[in-house]
Order: sequence, then structure tokens, then C-alpha cells
Amino acid sequence: MTWKTVDYAGWGRVHHANSPVARPERRSALAQLVENTPAPAIGMRRSYGDACLNDGGRAIDMTRLDRVLGFDAESGMLHVEAGAQIGQLLNIFAPKGWLPPVMPGTGFATVGGAIAMDVHGKNHHGAGSFGCHVTEITLMTPKGPKVLSPSKNATLFKATVGGLGQTGPIASARVQLLRAKGDVMIVTERRVEGWDEFLALLDASEATYSVGWLDATARGNALGRGILEEAETGAGLVPPAKRGKRIPLDAPAFAVSPGIVRTFNAAYWRRVPDKGRTVVKPIDDFFFPLDKIHDWNRLYGKTGFHQFQCVVPIEASAALRTMLDRIAGSGLASPLAVLKRMGPGRAGMMSFPMEGYTLAVDFPNRNGADRLISELERATADAGGRIYLAKDALAAPETVRAMYSERAKWAKTVKAADPDGHFLTDIVRRLELRST
Amino acid sequence: MAQTWIILGATSTIARCFARQLADRGEGVVLAGRDIADMTATAADCAARGALLAEVIAFDARDSASFKPILARARDISGTISVAIFVGSMPPQEQIDIDPSLIHGTVIDSFTGPAEFLGLIAPLLEERGSGTIIGVGSVAGDRGRIGNYVYGAAKAGFHTYLSGLRNRLGRAGVHVMTVKPGTVDTAMTWGLEKLPFLARPEKVASDILRGADKQKDTLYTPIIWWPVMTVIRLIPERIFKKLRI
Repeated sequence: MTWKTVDYAGWGRVHHANSPVARPERRSALAQLVENTPAPAIGMRRSYGDACLNDGGRAIDMTRLDRVLGFDAESGMLHVEAGAQIGQLLNIFAPKGWLPPVMPGTGFATVGGAIAMDVHGKNHHGAGSFGCHVTEITLMTPKGPKVLSPSKNATLFKATVGGLGQTGPIASARVQLLRAKGDVMIVTERRVEGWDEFLALLDASEATYSVGWLDATARGNALGRGILEEAETGAGLVPPAKRGKRIPLDAPAFAVSPGIVRTFNAAYWRRVPDKGRTVVKPIDDFFFPLDKIHDWNRLYGKTGFHQFQCVVPIEASAALRTMLDRIAGSGLASPLAVLKRMGPGRAGMMSFPMEGYTLAVDFPNRNGADRLISELERATADAGGRIYLAKDALAAPETVRAMYSERAKWAKTVKAADPDGHFLTDIVRRLELRST
Repeated sequence: MAQTWIILGATSTIARCFARQLADRGEGVVLAGRDIADMTATAADCAARGALLAEVIAFDARDSASFKPILARARDISGTISVAIFVGSMPPQEQIDIDPSLIHGTVIDSFTGPAEFLGLIAPLLEERGSGTIIGVGSVAGDRGRIGNYVYGAAKAGFHTYLSGLRNRLGRAGVHVMTVKPGTVDTAMTWGLEKLPFLARPEKVASDILRGADKQKDTLYTPIIWWPVMTVIRLIPERIFKKLRI
């Protein structure tokens, strides 16, 4: 049978959908579906909110179309089906000396999802977003496949990259991989005492990969303390990571209670010696630390969680500090908080990145989280920044639309590509993103 | 030791996973089936993963003229040749009950086509004195049930054929393994009502590979089907005929 009615959720497990889902295993089956019953594509559903949901509508699960269609070992040019996962590509190509050009925080994300969200990684300040390395996209349309590139159908290309799947399912893409020295990472970890030092270190960092972990519960003088990780690829012998522990059940609410989080964070911070240290890690351990525990989202219990992620321009760093102060004072933060310097690289009209600082914090879905997040959204808007749609579950239409300056142009392009709204998803409806 | 696998029915979900895992180990694959475009994509995938060789060739269980070119190709490849068969078709039983002429095609796809092919290629493996033959049957072949007894009968025939072939080729150093998978999460089962012990195709493929490495004769995958089918086989026919399982 083609369709199966499935209950599914965003990664944060706050929003849910129930809808008929098709899961084609051949390109010809995908073409038929898009011709006869066009529907939005979904992948591994690693978007936190409702970007991967089409409640009551239909959806096409792309995960079985995950093959490498071609690879040039000289140039590193990869042709791959959209359902392939970034972590799988890493496993295949790292031993050959090539890396996916940009890797988001989870290796389970698919190539199609990485394009549709124009994801960024720990090398964003230098390499830009995922879409910056995509040289060609094959889009499935009801009239057949259509090839897009930065030079051919350029407007549609820019509407598809970061375009939340609204231009149609991506069947395959050509992606330029990056050269790597080997399949390990040489990581330097440094303890950072507070906010100002953190920004100074991020600004001065010359590492290819850099990311900051924040103790989002620390207040006063310790506000903004954390660990800065800087890394380069390297060659050497390290046993590969053991994968695949599962969380067997939903954790009780106290697992992420304020006291436990504060204690955990303090210990985690002290784990790195005063003087810092350099360690060698398997490449996937560095890029996808959380993937080792499958279903880690269950740690937040049945009610789920939110991730708030914003980026603000460099000159608005003071506003970000105020936001962090507000978060630390709320008692709602979880251990997962990340601060990173972003470069200007973005490839689509609706891409998230901008030159500045990005902050991401998880909050259990409990009383007060909604209000805090909407306060943070307002502060982001006031600072001239934007929030990340791959994470959002709560924002209001006006707030978001003001943050994305090319939205109106995008909506026009999308309307031409999908006049009947076949590819609408829950997030696009909620934020009225396609209104022209 | 590197070997080359002729994979019949290479467009099947389990076969695709199996080919990938062989490619990850650096073995060669010749993908045989009807949908050339789809197999070309799988072959490219296998090549990128490190397959010694990754080729596509036409195979149609109902057209025995397609068998010879595969045999000729296999002869040209040096070293150990192994064969894995993932061919079969399962029209809904209700449809067959209305139109019994469908039985013929089901039996060709699931039994006599692959058996004829194996009969042709067996001497090559015997001659080389090495290799493995994997025949994918089904737990449905263990007992005739109201839900799919024609498919089950065809697979039961295939199982018996494989057991005889094992008896014959074992003495020439060629191992034959019969695989009996339960229900697997593929396009064939997508959307069917709740199926018991539904297995991921990757898991079934890795079970098959491990079973072949260990030279198992008969492999139930996932393993839960071994006790389940043992019980089902033991139910007296007098009771079984009244059941609907």
C-alpha cells in the first residue's frame, strides 16, 4: 500500500501530527507520488517544532531514498539522494579523506532536510551554511523533475535552500565535500570564566571548527561561563565510538529539575582542567555528541521540550547577554546551551544565519517556558536578529515575518512553484509564511 | 576473502541493504533485476561505499532467456562467486482465490524461476569449489495458512529445493543457506495492519550476512521466528485448520 496513517512528532515532542504518509523506495515511485498526490517531504524529523509536520494532510517520507548516486574522488563532488543522512555520509567518506561540508548537531539529519533548513555547523564562521556547498538540486514537481543551481533557475534555487520544503520534495543534490586530514578531530577545550571572555575568545578564534557550551544556570559574575571547543581534523588511531544506547522510557519530570541541572552543569564545567586540554576524538563524537544516545529527547519526559535558538548581529551582543541573564534567572534552562560565532554565509532567502552570535538553549516544556521564550523572541527582534525555524514551535507570525527580510519575495516564488499549496506544512501555516 | 555476489531481485528492500553491507566490506556485487534505473542507483551507492565491483544486469524470473547472460558474466569474473536470491511475488490471497491463474506466476517468481537459475549456475560454483548460495524463502513456507497459502506453497517448494541443493553442493565446498524472514518493514508491508515482530530490513540483511559467514543451513530472521514457527508447526492439523493466524 502507498499510504499509511502515522502519528509523528517534531523532535521536541510538543507538536504532533496524524496523517497519511507514503515512503517511496524508488525514484520512479517518488515521481508518481509527486505527480498524482503532491505532498511535502519529511526526513528524519529532527526539526524541533512543527517544520516537519503536516497534521491532517499527507507527507512523503524520504528516508528510503538514501543512496549515493555518484562521487568523484578527485574533486570531492558528491551526488546523493535526499534521504541520505549526514552521519552516514561522514562514515562513508571520512575514511577516504572527505567530509560533509557542513554538519548540524545531529548526524541523523538528511541531506534534504539540511538543504530545506539551510543548516549550519561548527564551521559556519568560515564555511557558511550547508546550502553554500550545494551546486545542484533536483526538485520533484507535479510536472516532473526540475534541476536547479545557483546559475540555472537561480531564484527557485534560493527559494528551495532554506525553503522549508515549500517548493516541493528534493530528490537528489550535488554537494561539494570538504577535504579532511583523517577521521579524527583534535579538540582543544578551554574553560571560560564569563560572558565577556567568551565573546573575546570566539572573536579571536582561528580554528576551523569552534563551538561554546554555556552553563545557562550560572549567574552574577559567573554569567556566561562555559567551555570553548576548537577543533581541526587530524589523522591517527582512535577506536570508533560505541553507538546506539537508547532511552527506554520517558523520564520523570525531576530529571531536568533546576537543582539537578545546576549540579550537572557545574560538574561538567569543572571537567575541563583550569589550564584547558587537547584531546583526540572520533570525528562523529565531536560533531554528533548526542547521537550516541538514541531518542535522547525522551529525557524531557512525555510533555517534551523546546529549543530556543536565535542569532543577533555582532553589535547587539549586549542584548544577548541580557537574554542569557534572563534565562539563568528563570530556573528553566537545561544542560544544553550553545553559543557560537556565526559568519555571514547563507544560501537561501529564508536562511537563518547572519553575521553575529547565535545562542541555543533547551527548555523543558513546563509552566513559564512559553512566556520566557516569547520574551526572548521579542528581545531577538528588538536586537535586529532572528530565530531559527528548524527549532521554533511557539513564535507568532508577525514577529517571525519581520525577522526574515526576503520573506515576501520568497513567498512570491513559492506561490509560482506551488500555486495550490500542496507542500504546506504546519509551521508555514502557523507563521503564515506564504501569505503574499 | 573478497568475493563477488550475484544478487537476484536486487531492487527488493532487503537486497539493497544486503548489497550495501557487502560493499562496506569491499566485496563485489552484480545486481540483477528488472528495474535497471533503480539498480543503477544502488550500484553507484555500492561503488561509493567501496565495492570491489558494482554492476547491473537484467533478470526476470519469468523469462529464462535472461538467465544465460548472467551466467556468462559470472564466468568472466575470477575468484569466488556467490549467489543471493531475493526474488518472489505475493499477490493478495483473496485475489488468487478469485483468479487461480495467478498461482502460476507466483510459483515461477518465488520458486521455479530462481530454482532454474540456480540449476544453471550451480556447476560454476562446483567447478570453483567455493562460494555461498543464499536463498531467501519465508516463514510462510513453514505451514499453509488461509492468508497466503499459495505464496507459502511456492516458498515451501523453494525451501525443499534448497535443502536438496545443499545436500548436493556441500560435497563440492559450496554452502547453501535457506533464509526464512518474518515480516519486514518494506514497501510491500507499508500500510498493512499491525504486523507482529516487524523487522528493519538493515537488521534482516545483517542477520543474513552473519548467518552466511557462520555457514548456517537454515536461518530464521529475526530469531524470534524460530520459536514462533516451531510452535506453529507443532499445532495438530485438526486444530490448525480451525485457526486464523
